[in-house]
Amino acid sequence: MKSSVIVFPGTNRERDVADVLAAVTGTAPKIVWHGDSEVPQSDLIVLPGGFSFGDYLRCGAMAAHSPIMRDVVAKAKAGVPVLGICNGFQILCETGLLPGVLQRNASLKFICKDVWLKVESTRTHFTGRYNQGEVAQMICAHGDGNYFADSATLDRLEGDGRVVFRYCDPAGNVTPEANANGAQRNIAGIADPTGRILGMMPHPENAAEALLGSIDGRKLFESVLAAA
Amino acid sequence: MKARIRITLKNGVLDPQGKAIQNALGGLGFKGVEEVRQGKYIEVDLAATDEAAARAEVERMCRELLANTVIEDYAFELAAS
Repeated sequence: MKSSVIVFPGTNRERDVADVLAAVTGTAPKIVWHGDSEVPQSDLIVLPGGFSFGDYLRCGAMAAHSPIMRDVVAKAKAGVPVLGICNGFQILCETGLLPGVLQRNASLKFICKDVWLKVESTRTHFTGRYNQGEVAQMICAHGDGNYFADSATLDRLEGDGRVVFRYCDPAGNVTPEANANGAQRNIAGIADPTGRILGMMPHPENAAEALLGSIDGRKLFESVLAAA
Repeated sequence: MKARIRITLKNGVLDPQGKAIQNALGGLGFKGVEEVRQGKYIEVDLAATDEAAARAEVERMCRELLANTVIEDYAFELAAS
């Protein structure tokens, strides 16, 4: 399985995700600079976490208009799976590939901690190896992860089964207390209608080795490999 | 020409920064602050001299980059620079 990881100025999790992809798929991903115009032929494109362009204007706004993104959007629309993690999720929203926007955390604080996610859909390209309703422990590290969309959009996402992950407590209860950042309806990750584009705030790549406290994120990459 | 662009959060969109400012103002003893909303102000100098063309261009700038119309409104005025 071939994968590409896009790097913008200020991206900082590309090595984390590249390590996991190499470990899971057996092939190191291509690292692609934002100024390039074409993504190599890939079975997965990853927009990793970080602070592209210093979060100037809005998180992900500048990156969404980088030269490489024209090709990422074109390939995504042609069916190439795209995973946006953290800043990558923000970029996917800014490009319009996913609806809504990630606002400043309701607490106004940067959050860096373990979170528990309820897997709400196993029918995406990224979640086939999880069980419906399974609780996955991952790490989040963001200042702007508060998912917002108007209620009609939220209802459509729910109705179409496109809410993929929700913040919950370790027992799987979706509660206001478990909502890490004030996201509407505890949303931590959503997919496009085909299930081939996923945006999520928590970091599965940082929950893929026992040394780091959780291996629940590894299954996301195993799911991609199984579906490729 | 100079465009003076104001970007504000739409009504109903939570503004945690505005809330924090409101609380700080209360802490400083300012009474009766009913709401604070924070926005952005951007100035763009344009080579264009034709007002209609400049207006159309700034409109596109706002829609395509400067504002995220999911949560933000924008308004601008043009002035000779």
